[in-house]
Amino acid sequence: MFDFTLPSLGADMDEGKLIEWKVKTGDAVSKGQVVAIVDTSKAAVDVEIWQDGVVHELLIAPGEQIPVGTVMATLLEPGEEAPPKGAARAAKQAIARTPSVPGAAVAEGARLRISPAARKRAEALGVDVARLEGTGPGGAVTLADIEAAAQPGAPTPTEATPAAHPAADRNAEMRRAIAAAMSRSKREIPHYYLSETIPMARAQKWLAQINEGRPITERLLMAVVQLKAVAAALAQFPDMNGFFRDGRFEPVQAAHIGVAISLRQGGLIAPALHDVGSKPLDQLMRELADLVKRTRAGSLRSSEMSDPTITVTNLGEQGVEAVMGVIYPPQVALVGFGRIAARPWVEVGAVVAMPTVVASLAADHRVSDGHRGALFLAELRERLQRPEEL
Amino acid sequence: MRISYREAMRQALHEALANDPRVFLMGEDVGRYGGTYAVSKGFYDEFGPERIRDTPLSELGFVGAGIGAALGGMRPIVEVMTVNFSLLALDQIVNSAALLRHMSGGQVSVPLVIRMATGAGRQLAAQHSHSLENWYAHIPGIRVLAPATIADARGMLGPALADPDPVVIFEHAQLYNMEDDLRDEPNEDWACDIEHAAIRRPGSQLSLITYGGSLPKALDAAAELARDGIDVEVVDLRVLRPLDTATIAESVSRTHRAVIVDEGWRSGSLAAEVMARIVERCFYDLDAPPLRVCSEEVPIPYAKHMEDAALPQAAKIVAAVREVLNV
Amino acid sequence: MAEKYPQLRANVIAILRSIAPEVEADELRDDRPLRQQVDLDSMDWLNFLIGISEQLKVSIPEADYGRLVTLGNLLDYLRAKLG
Repeated sequence: MFDFTLPSLGADMDEGKLIEWKVKTGDAVSKGQVVAIVDTSKAAVDVEIWQDGVVHELLIAPGEQIPVGTVMATLLEPGEEAPPKGAARAAKQAIARTPSVPGAAVAEGARLRISPAARKRAEALGVDVARLEGTGPGGAVTLADIEAAAQPGAPTPTEATPAAHPAADRNAEMRRAIAAAMSRSKREIPHYYLSETIPMARAQKWLAQINEGRPITERLLMAVVQLKAVAAALAQFPDMNGFFRDGRFEPVQAAHIGVAISLRQGGLIAPALHDVGSKPLDQLMRELADLVKRTRAGSLRSSEMSDPTITVTNLGEQGVEAVMGVIYPPQVALVGFGRIAARPWVEVGAVVAMPTVVASLAADHRVSDGHRGALFLAELRERLQRPEEL
Repeated sequence: MRISYREAMRQALHEALANDPRVFLMGEDVGRYGGTYAVSKGFYDEFGPERIRDTPLSELGFVGAGIGAALGGMRPIVEVMTVNFSLLALDQIVNSAALLRHMSGGQVSVPLVIRMATGAGRQLAAQHSHSLENWYAHIPGIRVLAPATIADARGMLGPALADPDPVVIFEHAQLYNMEDDLRDEPNEDWACDIEHAAIRRPGSQLSLITYGGSLPKALDAAAELARDGIDVEVVDLRVLRPLDTATIAESVSRTHRAVIVDEGWRSGSLAAEVMARIVERCFYDLDAPPLRVCSEEVPIPYAKHMEDAALPQAAKIVAAVREVLNV
Repeated sequence: MAEKYPQLRANVIAILRSIAPEVEADELRDDRPLRQQVDLDSMDWLNFLIGISEQLKVSIPEADYGRLVTLGNLLDYLRAKLG
């Protein structure tokens, strides 16, 4: 028997409100499956479970507001016998629950029917399979269903989710949450800041060539090239990628880049684009488009909220020259990009008009020093001179 | 040149007899009668009774004699009238032919070819109609072939004779009258390997995996499905032991779906083995549970309509494919 | 000021509103850079152009993006493309 607790979906989250269970007593759950929708100050988040098991008892009812760390459900290990009814829980919880009838519940709450190939593809594309209607034999979700759901413009079935917060409430809460996280960052993290002007002529030319022959729906954005370049540079600078927790740094191998996405109604979320270093640009473009869309629709997964190992913000979109960012704890670095514009540039002794961008690094001095940061930015600059290798 | 499967087999045998004095043919009615399926018609007069040997009705005896001749340096081709009768020779094949290389520490080998007819569909009733290829495909030490095309009928015997170990060739009795073009000079049409499965019809949506007498049915089913816009790949196993897992896995990984057609009974069938390998190798590429189309688990009936109903047919294959694709 | 091509303009603004719902049609000026009037990042801008190319059935090569600064530029460009 093990507990499923409300995870922290970001440094700014202290509590959450259960909107809906996606499982019921007796359901088999598998690692990575969405089991609940929890409303945080920022969004209604699909919360995943990270261990296989069978739901034994749901302890929290929809609508309850609970602190992070609260036991929300108990689960049996795969193959584990259910203990005599009530015996295990009696001491822990005195709340009356619907008596569980394991046999009946198992029969009715069958495991999601999805083909192994579809499950694999869904993972690669970041498609939430739990709410898809299958078109395969016996209503199973198939590859084709996943591909269709991953298409831009596919309906995201979020309407079914009961909205927990009116928009105004949500805005106020998000403001408070950002305030708490950023105050903590400035209180705890000794930031240092560096910046570097990077010529972008090669990257722009290369991207223009790539996009020239493509239909508009398959074109790449420079933002994706920049994200991939950051991931490539991070591979050599693990001290920029990870978490500072309990007084020490925990590096993370994969670059789960938190992409700062501003919301139209105000506020900001920086969900993770997973493992950017290992994915080709086309895939990253699709995933980024999907992530932006879901972020704005308020349909993120818990792993996207809690996983980012570094943040990249692209305020150049709004026209600023450079960004000196605030690190999102417990991360240890933030990379900012300013506007790409033609600026005077000296090349072989002559001044030329060169498209450039100012890339900046805000990093945690407890983990790295300015010298390392400078080398990191130099590496980022070099990566952006060889876009064809990204 | 357009020839029948029977003629292709006859040409292959004739070539082997003419080219290698160690080769001889032995079995029930292969000589004066010309072979139960007329494959060796005329050979008795041409090659004489020493090399085209009629045997008593004793599979245990004449298969054993073939093993002895192979040990003695000959290249015997033993014909067993049908796989149903070969059960009398199982001890010779399984306990002697398949094991002698192993048990002699590699000192002796048994370069024996055993041909047998298999399968139903000709109203010969249960004792002449079963498909027991899988019994032999289970045994290490022998190679099992199932030529299902004119080219394979013409081409497989040569490499089978060249194999230093026992080879069992299954000729589905319904294939003998099938005709196709075969150019008469030795060429790539029939100079075939006996290692690999073959893709007989490329397709993208599902792999239809079969062998022997079920291949024409699978191809008919694929053609019918194509008229409805369903694009099915047909894989001919050709070699039943050792199975060419790589070709199967490559195909299924590409199409994500599989239906296996096997005239054997479903329980413990060769189709079961193929399906097991698909699941072992392609689990994460599967987009639907694989299905099997096998014979009904009854002794094959004599009555025509009941025999037809008991066997895999194109219509059953089409239905299975549609079930897997849910269309 | 006189608005260009009212029907085309209405169509384009409807597409824009699917991306930026806060846009008010009569507050948009045809002669000022669109991305200064509406908060569009590069992903929004791409989605806007995808919407236009799909709904109005025009192809917009990336090389032409530079000419599409104001709403007026865009309307003139589409008018020419649509013939």
